[in-house]
Amino acid sequence: MPSEFHIICVSSTHEKLQMAAMIASVAAASGDAVTVFFSMNALTYFVKGHTASAPAEGEFGAMLDKKGVPPFKQLFQQAADLGDAQLLPCSMAMDLLEITDENLDPGFGPATGLTKFLMDAEGGQLLTF
Amino acid sequence: MSETKVIDACNTYCPGPLMELITYMKQAEVGDVLELLSTDQGTASDVPEWVNKIGHEMVGSEKVGDIWHISVRKAK
Repeated sequence: MPSEFHIICVSSTHEKLQMAAMIASVAAASGDAVTVFFSMNALTYFVKGHTASAPAEGEFGAMLDKKGVPPFKQLFQQAADLGDAQLLPCSMAMDLLEITDENLDPGFGPATGLTKFLMDAEGGQLLTF
Repeated sequence: MSETKVIDACNTYCPGPLMELITYMKQAEVGDVLELLSTDQGTASDVPEWVNKIGHEMVGSEKVGDIWHISVRKAK
């Protein structure tokens, strides 16, 4: 039975972005409906021209730079490509960053307000990183 | 005519091997067998779970040296 996962990413640390991306990609590729809402520090990694290198929160984060660990941006992209996950930028964060859809990586959906995201998330599992 | 395609995902960590398998599975024809090579221990237990959920068919799974050989037939 497919489930619904609604993931909120706010942290800039490598560990949290990695875990969120792992859940998004595996769940989406397994037939579950997945939406990922990016706000605060997490959104900045998906602004064109921004570094994709996230700082480690602890010692495990440094190990994630090891060769063979799928980069979190690639996993989010695969979640969208292989499993139709929706990658949604927070409209409030976009306003503060003074950016539009064109400034974000390809594969992102439309700017989304928190109210709409929460309404769509009703009844599904809500995970926050 | 079905064929076996080998996907070498050795030395990548979870969920890299599974994502590799799914990428190729999307491109495969029904009846094709994909053989995934992985050094990630979790992959050996995770791939059958995914196959079971999606409704494909496990053909075999064995560890040769440090490498898991996991074969899956595309069923739909």
